[in-house]
Amino acid sequence: MEDKILLAHGSGGKLSQDLIQSFLPDLANPILDKLDDSAVFDISGRLAFTTDSYTVNPVFFPGGDIGKLAVCGTVNDLAMSGARPLYLSLAFIIEEGLPVANLKKILTSIKHAAEEAGVKIVTGDTKVVNQGSADKIFVNTAGVGTVPEGVDISATNARPGDKIILNGNIGDHGIAVLSQREGLKFHTPVPSDCAPLNGLVADMLAASANIHCLRDPTRGGLATTLNDFAGQSKVGIRLEEDKIPVDKAVLAACEFLGFDPLYIANEGKLAAAVAPRDAAAILAAMKRSKYGVGAVIIGEVVAEHPGQVVMNTILGASRIVDMPVGELLPRIC
Amino acid sequence: MKFVNEYRDPELGKKLLDRIHKRSRKPARLMEFCGGHTVAIFKHGLRQLLPENIEMLSGPGCPVCVTASADLDRAIALGSLPDVIITSFGDMVRVPGSRSSLQKAKAEGADVRIVYSAQDALTIARDNQDKSIIFIGIGFETTAPTIAASILQAEQEKLNNYYVLSLHKVCPPIMKAILDMGEVNLGGIICPGHVSVIIGSHPYQFIADEYKIACAVSGFEPLDILLAVDRLVEQIESGQPKVEIAYRRGVKPEGNQPAIRLMETVFEIGEANWRGIGVVPASGLQIKAKYERFDALKNFNIDPGPTLEPKGCICGSILRGVSTPRDCRLFGGTCTPENPVGPCMVSSEGSCATYYHYGDSHGR
Repeated sequence: MEDKILLAHGSGGKLSQDLIQSFLPDLANPILDKLDDSAVFDISGRLAFTTDSYTVNPVFFPGGDIGKLAVCGTVNDLAMSGARPLYLSLAFIIEEGLPVANLKKILTSIKHAAEEAGVKIVTGDTKVVNQGSADKIFVNTAGVGTVPEGVDISATNARPGDKIILNGNIGDHGIAVLSQREGLKFHTPVPSDCAPLNGLVADMLAASANIHCLRDPTRGGLATTLNDFAGQSKVGIRLEEDKIPVDKAVLAACEFLGFDPLYIANEGKLAAAVAPRDAAAILAAMKRSKYGVGAVIIGEVVAEHPGQVVMNTILGASRIVDMPVGELLPRIC
Repeated sequence: MKFVNEYRDPELGKKLLDRIHKRSRKPARLMEFCGGHTVAIFKHGLRQLLPENIEMLSGPGCPVCVTASADLDRAIALGSLPDVIITSFGDMVRVPGSRSSLQKAKAEGADVRIVYSAQDALTIARDNQDKSIIFIGIGFETTAPTIAASILQAEQEKLNNYYVLSLHKVCPPIMKAILDMGEVNLGGIICPGHVSVIIGSHPYQFIADEYKIACAVSGFEPLDILLAVDRLVEQIESGQPKVEIAYRRGVKPEGNQPAIRLMETVFEIGEANWRGIGVVPASGLQIKAKYERFDALKNFNIDPGPTLEPKGCICGSILRGVSTPRDCRLFGGTCTPENPVGPCMVSSEGSCATYYHYGDSHGR
């Protein structure tokens, strides 16, 4: 086999076949193995269905790569509706010239992430484009899952009194990726937090069905997610700055770049608004779960200042936590 | 890494605040020079915690904000030349000039690239020998030495396709200009932090000596700023203005001499055009004749067209400390971070963006 992906690998001919055949052992399952035009399977109950496209620079970063991201991201989007993720589609757009070894590495990550999340890749597609028409590799995944009876999770459901729970340190993913970016390389001991959260959500739901909102604060960070809750539920949110966990190294990187950890992307975090009487039980269940050990209550939903997130600062003042605008750019001065 | 949480310690913060509240009696208007200071003050809600007799004003220390429309028009005109790649710090590309912005010029086909440092621009120059690479050199004494270094390195490597549009500005002269305008009656100045890492604290001595205004150099953590306010209050209450460093881990009185020498090798003092303030003599850095082959202004013919200032925008008087963003009719309505009219709403360290994002005791 060639050591670089060629345009011919996307032509639909023999090379395409070879490439697809080389994927199969990693992802094998009875539905995928048929290689029919569409995956056919039985499913019953309320369905959750989502899709997301993944581009990340660099493709490989401490704690993960675009493959792990593509599986975890879609699994997490399903989990945030309270769904049990079942099946994923997987599509690549590859820039010609990508080393085949890199594609193999990405596939291995996909295999591991899918295994951990307990989902099957049941259909897929590969396209190869001219150099410059894509940046190394883009991945799209779509996923379906089933939502258990009695679960009703939506960003519109927050109510005054709800506790806001976060499952651990914020900003790890964004800083891990930035630290590897061309022109900005710096050393940080923090790997990306990229992880499938469906197990954590299942544990939370087992503790209580009174989870009103769930969202994974990816791009735009925790600030964006909480503003979504406040805006869509027409409630206010009050945060306690000293309760929000941030790794020291992430805080340090944010300081010299001029960033606020509240706006940095996460790939293994969730924020929840839960009924106050069940908050302790949910928090305890989270702390027992693999990706919830660092769970903490960071604030609460209030009737005042609807649509706005306000934070009590460490020194005892308060300030607005706004939606971010555009791309985060490092400080100049 | 250390040096963040230590400077946010709530107990120490409360002690400093107690001391400030106990000592401060006279009404005092303090200006924080840097946009970075303004951000820190709002982010930590410090204004709400200070005594009522202390009024904080934001100053002109935001490199993006003080870039004049005419200079932006030059940058945009340079970008429209064939075979030119414009390299710029990020915030700059969004600032509206008279008719366009670098961001819009990019969408219309100009090759505009965001870089994190002048070193990245040099890399682009090495990789694109058939193009002219122009770095938009903005910033104060903080960034100027790194850009001077890039010019020296380009010379050493005999790179003949690297140019700098030097819009650099220096801080002490603009402080003097603002004081001479007599529009703001200041009791104290929180002097620049990162700028002072380079130039030291001596250049502010004239403010204490001639204008009898208290000075304290501050860092950007909440305790840094509270300590600086504490020092200013002490000077004001005792009637003995001087220049203190409340940022000793970063700033020495004599500054960073190698960085100063680097700046002086490549640049000479010249006039600079400050948005809202106008042309101020001896407040900018121009590329010396010896290095003029790297000077974008000397090597390209451009017609940036007549300068137009955005109607209703009061960025200028905000930068002089005369007005606050809340005084602007456009603030939060016509002018938002998504749709900025003036530069103070664009830059992450601009006063308007800071008021908008963090709000103050009046909310947004």
